[in-house]
Amino acid sequence: MMQRCKRVKTVLLSAILVLGLSACASSQQNDTLYRALGELDGITRIADNFLFYLSKDDRVVEFFAETDIDRFHQKVIEHICELTGGPCEYTGDAMVTTHEGMNINETQFNAVVEDLIRAMQDERVPTRAQNELLAVLAGLHGEITHR
Amino acid sequence: MTDKTCASIARYAVLTVLTAFSAAVGADPGSRILATSGAMQIEGSAGGGLVPWAVIAGYGSDTEIGGAAYYTSASVSDFDLWSSGAAIGFYNRIEVSAARQHLDVIPLGLSIEQDIIGLKARVSGDLIYGDAPQISVGAHYKRNRDFTVPELLGAHDDSGTDIYLSAAKLWLGALGGYNVFANTTLRRTKANEGGLLGFGSATDNSYDWMIETSAAVFLNYNWAVGFDYRQKPDRLGLGEDDWADVFVAWFPNKRISVVAAYADLGTVAALDDQSGWYLSVQVTQ
Repeated sequence: MMQRCKRVKTVLLSAILVLGLSACASSQQNDTLYRALGELDGITRIADNFLFYLSKDDRVVEFFAETDIDRFHQKVIEHICELTGGPCEYTGDAMVTTHEGMNINETQFNAVVEDLIRAMQDERVPTRAQNELLAVLAGLHGEITHR
Repeated sequence: MTDKTCASIARYAVLTVLTAFSAAVGADPGSRILATSGAMQIEGSAGGGLVPWAVIAGYGSDTEIGGAAYYTSASVSDFDLWSSGAAIGFYNRIEVSAARQHLDVIPLGLSIEQDIIGLKARVSGDLIYGDAPQISVGAHYKRNRDFTVPELLGAHDDSGTDIYLSAAKLWLGALGGYNVFANTTLRRTKANEGGLLGFGSATDNSYDWMIETSAAVFLNYNWAVGFDYRQKPDRLGLGEDDWADVFVAWFPNKRISVVAAYADLGTVAALDDQSGWYLSVQVTQ
């Protein structure tokens, strides 16, 4: 039974990866969102603000106690860049893997979304670009929470 | 000072106390995203102006308790209505609410009051995350404080219980980059004018399922425009119409929100063309 569950999980994960990759492939054709966020400079500033707010957020700061912040910072930039159609390759681990065992709940996920919103607001990212980035990240909800 | 003014002042006082209370508690508002609390509808549930939504009142997420208190005033051709109440949301799962409605019938110089206790439970899904809508079931237990007028108009009972099923979804960036919200509610009811004119009638005392719906577009995090529509039965034979409104909602922060609407209530108690302004203020936690 365990073996079977594992196999189903592997198949599902592969499916998610394939879907994810094809989504990336198609989004790379279109870098509108990447440009709306201010390209790599804009995304870097958003990531700076994002990390600042995360570090001040009592709801989630515990998760970063043993995090290599410089690496995390770089991976956030890469990930946003790639997901929004920019010329980057995300070299970090899969979302499911990095959040394994954290058992992130809805409160904590919402906290991270709020911190990202603050980060984007500080950079005066246009509303529509903010919504579109949030939509991309909301799609990761299932891979991040309750792992 | 008229009784009406006193009553209004009393309502504002309640709101002030609740605001002070919430500030005194000092806790940050809950973690759900701004505006996902919805507003508070006229029966005291989280929703649009007229329609209860599948969302749970306040900003509490799965580990938090939130809540909201509100005061609403609506003025149409021959009626003034105020409604006030509060709701507590437990862990974004259960909502308990209490509200009072007060209706002045201007041509007759009399008023009608009703109390409403509400209960709502989120049964599945999430407003934002995942593909499935957030689905909730709820109930409104309503009781007329004075049955004289409803009885005179032919109402069968002075109390009744509505049950409803709601589904709601917020799609991020769905409309040219703007966020879109929609909610549909199915309500089983025999209330006349939402219960203000009693429940059922001598000739027709059965329940019916009614459809209610709301939709809105967010212009940014703080401003939304939309509409409510609420189908209603006509058991008293007074030409009772469906209700509708168009609204603008403002969410400056997680503590306060304001809804302004133009409502068309159609014929109410045989008085036709009842339309006018609606203003609602809510404090949230």
